[in-house]
Amino acid sequence: MGKNLYQKVFESHTVAKLPSGQTQLFIGLHLCHEVTSPQAFAMIREEGLKVKYPERTFATVDHIIPTTADDRRRPLKDAISEEMFAHIEKNTRDFGIRFFGPSTEEQGVIHIVGPEEGVTQPGMTVACGDSHTATHGAFGAIAFGIGTSQVADVLATQTLAMSPLKTRRLLFTGKLKPGVTAKDVALAYIAKLGVNGGVGYAYEFAGPVIEALDMEGRMTICNMAIEGGARVGYCNPDEKTFAFLKGKPYAPTADKWDEAVRYWKSVASDADAKFDDEVEINCDNLEPMVTWGITPAQAIPLNGNMPKVSSFEGSERKVIEEAYEYMGWQEGGKMIGTPVDIAFVGSCTNGRLADLKAAAEVIKGHKVAPTVRMWVVPGSMKIKKEAEALGLDKIFKDAGAEWREAGCSLCLAMNPDKLQGRQVSASSSNRNFKGRQGSPTGRTILMSPIMVVAAAIEGKVADVRKYIKG
Amino acid sequence: MTIIDVVKGSGVPLRGNDIDTDRIIPARFLKCVTFDGLGKNAFADDIKGLEAQGKEHPFKNPVYANGSILVSNRNFGCGSSREHAPQALKRWGIRAIIAESYSEIFFGNCVALGVPCYKVDHVTADRILDWIEQHPSEEIVTSASSRTLKLGGETIALTLADGPRGQFLDGSWHARATLMANASKVDALASKLPYMQFLK
Repeated sequence: MGKNLYQKVFESHTVAKLPSGQTQLFIGLHLCHEVTSPQAFAMIREEGLKVKYPERTFATVDHIIPTTADDRRRPLKDAISEEMFAHIEKNTRDFGIRFFGPSTEEQGVIHIVGPEEGVTQPGMTVACGDSHTATHGAFGAIAFGIGTSQVADVLATQTLAMSPLKTRRLLFTGKLKPGVTAKDVALAYIAKLGVNGGVGYAYEFAGPVIEALDMEGRMTICNMAIEGGARVGYCNPDEKTFAFLKGKPYAPTADKWDEAVRYWKSVASDADAKFDDEVEINCDNLEPMVTWGITPAQAIPLNGNMPKVSSFEGSERKVIEEAYEYMGWQEGGKMIGTPVDIAFVGSCTNGRLADLKAAAEVIKGHKVAPTVRMWVVPGSMKIKKEAEALGLDKIFKDAGAEWREAGCSLCLAMNPDKLQGRQVSASSSNRNFKGRQGSPTGRTILMSPIMVVAAAIEGKVADVRKYIKG
Repeated sequence: MTIIDVVKGSGVPLRGNDIDTDRIIPARFLKCVTFDGLGKNAFADDIKGLEAQGKEHPFKNPVYANGSILVSNRNFGCGSSREHAPQALKRWGIRAIIAESYSEIFFGNCVALGVPCYKVDHVTADRILDWIEQHPSEEIVTSASSRTLKLGGETIALTLADGPRGQFLDGSWHARATLMANASKVDALASKLPYMQFLK
């Protein structure tokens, strides 16, 4: 019987079976950022331990870093942010870990930097103290988020105590229509399977829709796996994967390339691989998706209606009531036409060059509505540079948007970028939780980056398809 | 190694599905380099939000102030991987959790902190929540070895998978020592992984 990618990689990375029944799993790539690592370094310092494989850990600063050049001057104005920044600099220096800091032009959101530098590769296990680590699964890696104590485990031992997950294949059939993107596919399946539908599972994203996506789109889909409850999500590596990695700074060099590709091909799921579960989702009639509530699963097609409270029972009903209470929308109404105050293009979900290119193409020749403030935040300083070489910065600025430096920005607002009061944000990020974007009463509507542009132009949730040529 | 088995204390009833880690500890409190002091900010925004409506959050309600066993509903701890969330709960005083289900990462973080997360079905969760609300300061007892909850003379079966249960009972929930013991096996496995040679 054939095996799937998850089973193959889990097996080849199994160090030992532990007395507790858990598996000790080798971690091939460990990524760090400044929020979830300082306590981990403190733990290993306290215990007098060393970092076992410092060359397998890479770090950057992304969550707290301001996104304007002025605010990035050291020391940072916010004293605690400066302290966190100084900690990751010192910790990486003391333990011999590569730090992609702002002075190197390699700084960016950790899940964007990993693939961009070519440190993310197929057939690896990847761990990071961040729930959006599944992003790296787009390359055929088994990538997952961990907590800070586990960050310390990886630093000290390059391993983790884990239990294997069950596997579910999500087969996306059909073809996406113009204006419908990877983000819409992600929101659609999360809405279908629920915010906890993936608990206990690793997801394989497969089928013609996935095969047709570029690597950026695959990263968007894998990035959102945790929003549907799945800690791990991956795509099988193919020629697009290899082409993306070729020539990246840390990718295998020419003399090792063929051997690398042979290994990468060998980890893909076998044709007769078995899964614990399989779900088919046809995407032929998929529309742009928007969230209306306070979890990513509370998403509807752009022209659909928000649910009626009366169509739910028991605890499910309470969740819906709570969402309406927080968001303040008319029950059963439509999201299209809802006024927005902030438009945000960026984050580890949708802050890559392909996202910025698509957004620029839509906004070109239009203006951001006077009632809207729009931020475009490249996912990394390299993306910023590439975008500027293509003149994208000028297109955004001409339209009235703000062009920023790389960071997590408004996705979780641990930096100066925040919603104020009850502001409504049209956001290309990944979470619409209560208070997520920095105001305890602020409201987030998740959508694709091109849908964010349409909302910015019209000052309200709008259909991007009328702005798409051809 | 510390063995974690029996937890005794009063309950804290926290009703609701999908209570995410941004709610347990809002992102602005993640600006820190130690976990000290997180306990007092647990559910900070939910507490304020309810206060504005003239309601009281269980983490603010004095009758639950000494509680140590948290009870909730479905998909507790979803969202961010921040260990700050279980750290905040533990530092507030929580020593065990009972809910219908958990996010994977949150559950793993709780294991690493020595806080057992037990599962029960929806009807049982609501029944336990009702009971605690009626008997707010009465002691209840969870046990990892027998996988049970004792409340008011009744014994209720709890679910806890063998792996984490084993870790609590042999003390290896604090995994580092166990993992370090296999250092030579780790090196042997690493030397066989093709990609260890690929990195420039």
